[in-house]
Amino acid sequence: MTSSALLTIILTPLLLLALATLLTWVERRLLGLWQDRYGPNRVGPGGLFQAVADGIKILFKQDWIPPFADRGVFILAPAIGMMTVLLSFAVIPFTMGTGIAGDLNVGLLFILAMMGLGVYAVVLAGWSSNSKFALLGGMRAAAQMISYEVFMGLSLLGVVMMAGSFSLHDIVAAQAGLWFIIPQCLGFGVFLLAGIAETHRLPFDLPEGENELGAGFHTEYSGMKFGMFFIAEYAGIVLVSCLVTTLYLGGWRGPLLPPAVWFLLKTGGMVAFFILLRAGLPRPRYDQLMALGWKVLLPLSLLNVMATGTILMLRASL
Amino acid sequence: MFNTLRTLFLTALHAFHRRATVQYPEQQPYLPPRYRGRIILSRDPDGEERCVACNLCAVACPVDCISLQKTETDGRWRPEYFRINFSRCIFCGFCEEACPTYAIQLTPDFEMGEYARPNLVYEKEDLLISGTGKYPDYSFYNVTGIPIPGKERGASERERPPIDLHSLLP
Repeated sequence: MTSSALLTIILTPLLLLALATLLTWVERRLLGLWQDRYGPNRVGPGGLFQAVADGIKILFKQDWIPPFADRGVFILAPAIGMMTVLLSFAVIPFTMGTGIAGDLNVGLLFILAMMGLGVYAVVLAGWSSNSKFALLGGMRAAAQMISYEVFMGLSLLGVVMMAGSFSLHDIVAAQAGLWFIIPQCLGFGVFLLAGIAETHRLPFDLPEGENELGAGFHTEYSGMKFGMFFIAEYAGIVLVSCLVTTLYLGGWRGPLLPPAVWFLLKTGGMVAFFILLRAGLPRPRYDQLMALGWKVLLPLSLLNVMATGTILMLRASL
Repeated sequence: MFNTLRTLFLTALHAFHRRATVQYPEQQPYLPPRYRGRIILSRDPDGEERCVACNLCAVACPVDCISLQKTETDGRWRPEYFRINFSRCIFCGFCEEACPTYAIQLTPDFEMGEYARPNLVYEKEDLLISGTGKYPDYSFYNVTGIPIPGKERGASERERPPIDLHSLLP
């Protein structure tokens, strides 16, 4: 028992890191596909080892801490980002029996809490860098995360109400008849947008905003600290995809194929969709992002909660 | 909202388009005959160097990458050395336009990568080719009025014999 638990503890981060590294290659190939070019296709079969080559290269790059930075916080920030994302994976039910840390009865809350903590990575990175671009990026990140966190939680309330539980295992179990994407389509849309904003992925990557902020909150980072932000971001994509799969797409449920395969397929599809968003959409202006959040998505998620509650109450009273 | 979804759909459709990339080392791009690449010095049909060391190419060159020195043997002008620094050359083709003897010509070849910069300085031996290049029949000394051994004044193509100023006949 203990030895297998230890093995899980050691293997999980390694596997997730490998997955996130692989995802950098997948993203570049897919972007290439959608932009009528090839992407990296030289190193190894189909360019697969490009991710390895990039990893080796970034490991040997100088890890420079600027003299004007707040040293302790500067080092801590990427670690926080990495840790919160990795911890969130603990409660995802990959198949019927297996999750990394088993079934937590407040699994969903745990993930929301970890995502909330993840904001600190970006904000602290921006702040401790002591540079204007990094600070602006961190500030944007703070505002964006706070506003999008609000209705990310609200949009999940519908799912929780229908399943009657915060446990991700129970939520998957409640989707035996019908996936929640159909009764909770509003919540699904809102959660998807909030998830993109939460991982600061491309249409909503204003904290990074290359064209106006240099590289945003990680302007001053180099070497493997920068790599950690990068890998945390890609692991975040996988995490949000896993969450969408679990909460709205029936988790590991599906006919014929084994549960793990279904989970992988759905998550992979979501990841591909995330990359498609990057390939297709331009970045909105900052006030547009805020307006969309507070004026459209928040009322929508409230409406979703209200409608779900009304229907559940009516059904209970019948 | 609809526009956004339409954009996403159209982007996804690009998965079925042909890729624009030319995968270069395996797949060679088409280079037209007048492509301006590596510079060569051609020879006339008799196998003699066409270059008469007139320096017009060096004057025309906007980046001053051509350097040469004239010598003279038997009334023919030749370059003692002719040097092109390809690390400077911008392949504009002005030297080819300036050349009165069609000696200097640009070729459809651009694969000139070197590991050391000095290797990009090409000497006359590196530049000279054995053929005539783009103008197979042209020979400068056949059309110019300059006499060389074996060709008297007036013996060139479309050249009349010189007028004898001492004769009184009309």
